Amino acid sequence: MSRTLPPEYYELLEELQAVDFVLVELTLYLDTHPNDYNAIQQFNHFAKQSKQLRKQYEELYGPLMQYGKSYSGYPWNWDDAPWPWQV
Amino acid sequence: MFTQVKYWNPYIGPFDPCPPMRVKSYQTPPNLYIGFQPPNMEQYSPRQALHCGTLWPAFYSPYPSDGREEE
Amino acid sequence: MWNYEKKLQYPVRVSTCNPRLAKFLIEQYGGADGELAAALRYLNQRYSIPDKVIGLLTDIGTEEFAHLEMIATMVYKLTKDATPEQMKEAGLGAHYATHDKALFYHNAAGVPWTASYIQAKGDPIADLYEDIAAEEKARATYQWIINMSDDPDLNDGLKFLREREIIHSQRFREAVEILKEERDKQIYF
Repeated sequence: MSRTLPPEYYELLEELQAVDFVLVELTLYLDTHPNDYNAIQQFNHFAKQSKQLRKQYEELYGPLMQYGKSYSGYPWNWDDAPWPWQV
Repeated sequence: MFTQVKYWNPYIGPFDPCPPMRVKSYQTPPNLYIGFQPPNMEQYSPRQALHCGTLWPAFYSPYPSDGREEE
Repeated sequence: MWNYEKKLQYPVRVSTCNPRLAKFLIEQYGGADGELAAALRYLNQRYSIPDKVIGLLTDIGTEEFAHLEMIATMVYKLTKDATPEQMKEAGLGAHYATHDKALFYHNAAGVPWTASYIQAKGDPIADLYEDIAAEEKARATYQWIINMSDDPDLNDGLKFLREREIIHSQRFREAVEILKEERDKQIYF
């Protein structure tokens, strides 16, 4: 019932977490610095990188988001363990 | 020069029941000193940023700080 | 609306089954300065704050839910395979009797979460000062928990969360400056 995830899973997950963390930091920064052109360019650069990593992650380990923000496999694989607190 | 930890010496009474802690400390993290963040500050790499909890070294606050719980 | 992402914000690790630490950590789940209180405080204040800082309250409030999930993960891992005997020894006997291993929104002393933990005065400066204070109090709570914890993996996650409080406090301080409309006169140092 539960498959053990390979070390590559944790590696890819952390890569995505790192890129998404930069986006969180830049988001809060831009909320108070809306005219920082360099920061906006950096934000868009990382947004693109995050999209690419998500695509790669979801092809291997299933959807990250719901309500149509991610594609589903067959059968419906949103419910598949592990959930974030279980890995 | 700013430090992220400050020390003080509390009054020691002759009838204090516990052995006195002669030095006490409290934290003064970088956000207290920087003011409105200037643009183009030096950044960590994404991995480093994740592990430090911030993108900018100027805001990094290690805890426990060096020398904290001493004496 | 909100979207859930099936991943944690930060890779949470716990080295040992330790329900005693879970008892302390639950303070940041359902305590006065915990992550639930933070999320609900900001996401409630945003409806009446000036437009210029609504984005910031929305984004920090949303990040707090990611932190709530990290705390839940830590508590879950610290208690997952603990026996009723271990729960009892850790001071969680009363919790176990009511909730088994279920998480619940209460503080380290078992007091249930209440809306009176959060404020919404409607005055932007009063509300932002409340938010700055909340971040500093949450930072202090993380320090006291780290002081009592001997789990290096858990502390790694707690240090991340403590640093986030510092950044949030910074942004709320900047929001006050924006509302003062004196940004051009701001001196960088």
